Amino acid sequence: MDVRKIKKLIELIQASDIAELEIVEGEESVRISRNSPAPVAATPVVAPPIQAAVAAPATTAGNDLGLTSPPVAEGPAGETIDSPMVGTFYEAASPTSAPFVAVGQSVSVGDTLCIIEAMKMLNQIESEKSGIIKEILVENEQPVEFGQPLFVIE
Amino acid sequence: MMKIKKVLIANRGEIALRILRACHELDIKTVAVHSTADRDLKHVRLADESVCIGPASSLESYLNIPAIISAAEVTDADAIHPGYGFLSENADFAERVESSGFIFIGPRAETIRVMGDKISAKAAMEKSGVPCVPGSGGAIPDDPKIQFQMAEDIGYPVMVKATGGGGGRGMRVVHDKSDLLESIVLTKTEAGQAFNNDVVFMEKFLEKPRHIEFQVLADEHGNAIHLCERDCSMQRRNQKVVEEAPAPGITEEKRKEIGDSVAKACVDIGYRGAGTFEFLYENGEFYFIEMNTRLQVEHPVTELITGVDLVKQQLLIASGEKLTLKSNMRPRGHAIECRINAEDSETFIPSPGKVERFHMPGGLGVRVDSHIYGGYTVPPHYDSMIGKLIVHAEDRDTAIKRMRVALSEMVIEGIKTNISLQRRIMDDTAFIAGGAGIDYLEKKLGL
Repeated sequence: MDVRKIKKLIELIQASDIAELEIVEGEESVRISRNSPAPVAATPVVAPPIQAAVAAPATTAGNDLGLTSPPVAEGPAGETIDSPMVGTFYEAASPTSAPFVAVGQSVSVGDTLCIIEAMKMLNQIESEKSGIIKEILVENEQPVEFGQPLFVIE
Repeated sequence: MMKIKKVLIANRGEIALRILRACHELDIKTVAVHSTADRDLKHVRLADESVCIGPASSLESYLNIPAIISAAEVTDADAIHPGYGFLSENADFAERVESSGFIFIGPRAETIRVMGDKISAKAAMEKSGVPCVPGSGGAIPDDPKIQFQMAEDIGYPVMVKATGGGGGRGMRVVHDKSDLLESIVLTKTEAGQAFNNDVVFMEKFLEKPRHIEFQVLADEHGNAIHLCERDCSMQRRNQKVVEEAPAPGITEEKRKEIGDSVAKACVDIGYRGAGTFEFLYENGEFYFIEMNTRLQVEHPVTELITGVDLVKQQLLIASGEKLTLKSNMRPRGHAIECRINAEDSETFIPSPGKVERFHMPGGLGVRVDSHIYGGYTVPPHYDSMIGKLIVHAEDRDTAIKRMRVALSEMVIEGIKTNISLQRRIMDDTAFIAGGAGIDYLEKKLGL
């Protein structure tokens, strides 16, 4: 089995929900399995949506710019539901309504989790996963960016 | 006190860094919007705030109008700078930015619209007295007698062009009247099929023109000036490779004549901001082809020969300030820019990847506009330009020498670059002589 074929298989797995794939061709066989899936756009390191100012480098010698990274929070365990757009996060449909979800609540695919407002339009954000909300990572009326983790779900 | 206090930079790469620098010099806060693939861009790290607006694909990020405007809302920006490419010449974007309550750093949406259409742009220029490529002035009628007359008036060779065409398609060159009628029929048929619009017009065909463009600045108070010209004839597949200012062989009189005409055109069309009028130049004559209603990649060569910070001027104009620069600029010395692309010098295949080592040249009259740093990974999703090397010297020969030295010092390892191609161009006899046409580089490369 040549490397190109294996590469193609790896790409297939990454693009799908398959956890493990085994192919047997005559005497040869290949097994490719996926480890715990990484969240879609976010990395385990969670940065606040509005980055704090970074120190400008005093010297720019060679490879090291000496830029300091903005402060990052430790990533939560479990899967996250990330923001699909830029806007302002609202936990409820209106200031007087109850929040859509609470910690410990069970949600199904398609349930409305929150509202993200952009350009005067309120967008209902629906859950793509089923499970229990373990943590709500953002506050009401907080600006959020694309890919920013909003909820931890189990 | 500047009206604009915070600018959202709706672009990426080297131009985003350029805009950021101009903003910070004016004590304007910056918001860097970026895709998920661009978290490590240099200007993102240096900006006061950053917002991720979408995944790697340009369509979902840098071309995503709602995401960009939304980012301006959540960061409370005053103005949006579109850079070049992406949405910079999108009239809808300009309109939506302004109707959302932000300042668009560029011309009015209507101006972008008029100058973005080749026929209406040409009509506006002819009205204003800017010399244009002689043409039919409208659609070619079906009467063969009129068709022959048109071509005679323009003078062979002529080009039959589809009004809805673009990208070099929908055009046919006619050298002799015996081919005229058939060429018109063929081009109309092609256009009807390709663009669903079979309207064609006629223009004089220039065989070996040079590409010479004029830089302008115009404020909201009716003041407009030119900042001399640039020669961008070294091109490959309609992509500029080397640019210089001033254009070799252009006299002071000619510069004043064309410069005055484009400054006047700015006032006539109500232009605002920075812009470039592009011309084809042949046998001592200038012919307008189109206007770019934005900042251009090659703006540094103009900055070096005039001493004007064009991006700062854009910010000042957008803030409502009056132009204080004097008109009738004269070039000081000579500037050359070599575009540095992440591509193979022979095959031109893009070469994204991690930059392992990065050493830039320096010294008197050497300028590097680049967002690259050692350890940075050039993503595959965007165009391959990773920087510009620009030199300025007292005359053209010294500038070429300075560029040779600077190129020899430049080290970029880990990815392929076109540095060796640029070195070959700097050693090329026709380039050194000056005045080569837009067909030259491709011929030299054997394309």
